[in-house]
Amino acid sequence: MCLAVPGKIISIDCGMEELMRFGKVNFGGIVKDVNLAYVPEAKIGDYVIVHVGFALNTVDEAEAQKVFEYLREMDSLDELKE
Amino acid sequence: MKFIDEYRDRGAAEKYSHMIHEITTRKWNIMEVCGGQTHAIVKFGIDELLPEGINLIHGPGCPVCVTSLELIDKSIEIASRKDVIFCSFGDMLRVPGSKKDLLQVKAEGGDVRMLYSPIDSLKIAKDNPDKEIVFFAVGFETTAPANAMAVYQAKVQGLKNFSILVSHVLVPPAMEAILSSKNNLVKGFLAAGHVCTVMGYNEYYPLAEKYRVPIVVTGFEPLDILQGIYMCVKQLEEGRYEVENQYSRAVSREGNRGAQEIISKVFKIGSRKWRGIGEIPDSGLVLQDEYIEFDASLKFGLAEMTVEEPKECISGLILQGLKKPFECGAFGTKCTPERPLGATMVSSEGACAAYYRYRKK
Ligand code: SF4
Repeated sequence: MCLAVPGKIISIDCGMEELMRFGKVNFGGIVKDVNLAYVPEAKIGDYVIVHVGFALNTVDEAEAQKVFEYLREMDSLDELKE
Repeated sequence: MKFIDEYRDRGAAEKYSHMIHEITTRKWNIMEVCGGQTHAIVKFGIDELLPEGINLIHGPGCPVCVTSLELIDKSIEIASRKDVIFCSFGDMLRVPGSKKDLLQVKAEGGDVRMLYSPIDSLKIAKDNPDKEIVFFAVGFETTAPANAMAVYQAKVQGLKNFSILVSHVLVPPAMEAILSSKNNLVKGFLAAGHVCTVMGYNEYYPLAEKYRVPIVVTGFEPLDILQGIYMCVKQLEEGRYEVENQYSRAVSREGNRGAQEIISKVFKIGSRKWRGIGEIPDSGLVLQDEYIEFDASLKFGLAEMTVEEPKECISGLILQGLKKPFECGAFGTKCTPERPLGATMVSSEGACAAYYRYRKK
């Protein structure tokens, strides 16, 4: 039940009140209404981590590459050794 | 899907597995705290990619599994009332109480509804002014922002027929309870990424220091988990015990300040009983005095009770990493996901259910 998944914001409905900022988020084809109150900086096109109808954070695109950069660095270290 | 598929790349996973093999010289017990990670580990067979010496211990990080039997019985008592619409996340409906589960209450005519988000219960409250709406607020820090917002909005909107049955648990006190136990086997932690999305990871520095354990904040996809294990083993092999963040695409050191603010407006820290483990001081959230009118336990005047767990269920030992599901006599025979004896067989994030689903040999 703690599952949280990344999805892309496709529209934002600012509403009357900041804490009820809602948006539509696309999870690989399934679109859901998501409360965006906790990610005031998030824009259309951003990816957010969503849990029980609330976006908890925006996914950082640059940081997202680190898992792979790490592997590449290890590869080039290996080559140096050879 | 972006941010999912690329982290399931077989070749990259094998590389990480190879790197872990290269640096491992001894036996290490590492606990993944979160049930979501347990599920991924068993589903993708990540434990099978590791050197023999690396033993993954499945931690207590499944809120469905650790909600106390007493609270489940309370939820059943409230849900059985004629004047109540009882709302809950789907996973809670099949958790066995001491006599029945919420699904049975529903079958017997109770109005029990499964919701995707706690915020949906506010609309139900507005649409049904002659009923009491109760939401079963279970969860770790990940779910707290949503449950806190529901209560906060209920107060703003002046809703009088809404309340929550709070069963919130906190991760760092549970980690400390494990580390300070004399049976402790855990030498390093993969901390739960989504808990840290909300709370950040400042809280882990004193733990790492005091117990000399590496703590690596880790995500949920196979590559995240493998990289988290690699970082943890590397620290163990080098004799370091630091806090590191593998899941930086979603987690910052401070966490989500806005969410923390609403949580601390609505909730304060209190003691909590964990199913299978027992009472852990300061390990849960309870409503602040200002929001006490939304406390379902008080509203319905439920007495405190203590109930016995079924004797054969060893889920308490499993949640502390002292036993694996296979070692339970009831596993797969008397206890299955269709007819669970214990909570770790109910939720897909429970260790017993994950082993049953992916490892039933
Ligand atoms: S298999 Fe069932 S009875 Fe055994 S520990 Fe797991 S939940 Fe409890």
